[in-house]
Amino acid sequence: MTSGQKKGTFSVLIIGIILGIILWGSFNWAMAITNTEEFCISCHEMRDTPFEELQDTIHYTNRTGVRATCPDCHVPKEWIHKVVRKIQASRELYHHFITGDIDTPEKYEAKRLHLAQNVWRTMKNTDSRECRNCHDIESMDFERQETRSADRHEEAIDKGYTCIDCHKGIAHALPEGYDPGEDAPGGGNEG
Amino acid sequence: MKKIIQISLAAFGLLLITGNTVTAKEDIASLRGTTDLSGPSLKAVKQKVISQEGGFERSYKQQPPMVPHKVDKYKITLKNNGCMKCHSKKNYKKEKSPMVGESHFLSRDGKKLQKVSSRRYFCDQCHAIQIDAKPLVKNEFDGLK
Ligand code: HEC
Ligand code: HEC
Ligand code: HEC
Ligand code: HEC
Ligand code: HEC
Repeated sequence: MTSGQKKGTFSVLIIGIILGIILWGSFNWAMAITNTEEFCISCHEMRDTPFEELQDTIHYTNRTGVRATCPDCHVPKEWIHKVVRKIQASRELYHHFITGDIDTPEKYEAKRLHLAQNVWRTMKNTDSRECRNCHDIESMDFERQETRSADRHEEAIDKGYTCIDCHKGIAHALPEGYDPGEDAPGGGNEG
Repeated sequence: MKKIIQISLAAFGLLLITGNTVTAKEDIASLRGTTDLSGPSLKAVKQKVISQEGGFERSYKQQPPMVPHKVDKYKITLKNNGCMKCHSKKNYKKEKSPMVGESHFLSRDGKKLQKVSSRRYFCDQCHAIQIDAKPLVKNEFDGLK
């Protein structure tokens, strides 16, 4: 290799590295910025309904002041799962900008059962991974819970139920067409 | 003579009673207490909902039992009824809860319905949570034992 060639490869390498850093940086920057609640509720669809409803619940205000934001429950923490979720989100953008499927509260209501079922299915498949980022059932002190809670949580550990099996509607209003009185896991006690 | 005594006794009695109510009226304080009307009202006392295992005693037959647990998480809307999560026919055993009374399925003219009657849909209309509050006025009611 001549010294000119050497210089050339060297500068290509440097430029590559710099470009890489910039691209990687902006990628992560974009990932970070789209992973905030402000970003999620910058769409009126999300601000008008899910956010309104969240404000009534324990995950928005509570005794201890620890709260959950949209991405805490809806975006995975691990990098690879997060990227997959972000790619799926591009489909949601298509519906927002092109089809306007849920751009009025009425249209939102009409689609809500379908949307909620998607979330339930995802959470079931991941064993409620996002809930478990904050709640560790092994760390729950059943003595300090209501008996109702403790009984069911012991059963959940024994029989492998997941949080969303029992806690549907924890953050938003339940959709029309879903009857909580028809849905509970387990065969329960005899008789 | 006897009549006159009777009448004056009655009149005296009446005087006692009315006199009494007049003084009693002065003793009664409103919930607002003695706070001046133009001032801010008294600070509300915070009270926690009681969770009581086994439920509360009922004081009389046909009393809607009081709710022995917190309810702020459960919504009753036209779309769905959060209480039925545990008190429905289908779920009550799994959730180890008492089922809503059979009476809740009867229509106005006594017909048995598949679903909770619309007369019994809004549970909190009859079933109330309990807090450990002192009675505001003295009450000597004794429940049916
Ligand atoms: C960002 C952390 C976080 C995530 C994610 C999260 N939670 Fe919570 N959750 C909390 C905190 C904090 C509280 C209550 C704190 C308090 O009581 O002061 C709570 C409370 C609760 C309660 C108790 C409600 C009550 O009324 O006592 C339930 C049930 C619950 N969460 C279920 C879930 C489920 C199901 C998920 C997943 C869909 C989830 N949480 C996701 C942080 C989280
Ligand atoms: C088999 C059903 C079931 C499963 C599965 C389940 N829960 Fe619960 N949980 C309940 C019931 C019932 C209550 C009490 C009533 C209520 O909160 O509506 C409760 C209450 C709670 C509470 C409040 C406890 C208290 O007494 O203050 C928290 C927090 C909670 N659940 C979190 C979770 C999390 C996180 C998971 C998943 C790891 C989970 N639960 C899985 C049924 C379940
Ligand atoms: C504590 C966890 C939690 C938080 C925080 C949360 N969600 Fe949800 N979200 C859920 C669950 C669980 C569902 C599935 C439906 C249900 O059970 O209510 C859901 C469903 C949805 C749906 C589907 C439609 C529907 O109403 O069911 C949308 C859209 C949504 N969430 C957006 C948001 C937005 C925007 C935020 C932030 C303002 C947010 N969520 C915060 C747990 C959460
Ligand atoms: C997560 C499950 C669950 C939900 C949801 C629930 N309950 Fe209960 N409820 C119970 C359990 C368990 C008991 C029995 C408690 C005990 O006896 O210790 C009970 C007891 C009661 C009782 C007392 C019955 C009696 O015979 O003493 C009433 C009344 C009641 N609930 C009303 C309601 C109302 C109203 C709602 C909705 C706002 C509701 N419940 C939601 C689980 C639930
Ligand atoms: C119009 C008043 C009224 C409404 C509304 C009402 N109840 Fe009741 N409930 C009663 C009375 C009265 C009783 C006791 C006698 C009986 O069982 O009918 C009772 C009994 C119960 C019991 C105890 C049953 C038993 O066998 O010990 C439960 C649990 C209950 N109700 C739950 C509910 C729930 C959940 C709702 C909402 C879907 C509801 N109730 C709505 C009046 C009402």
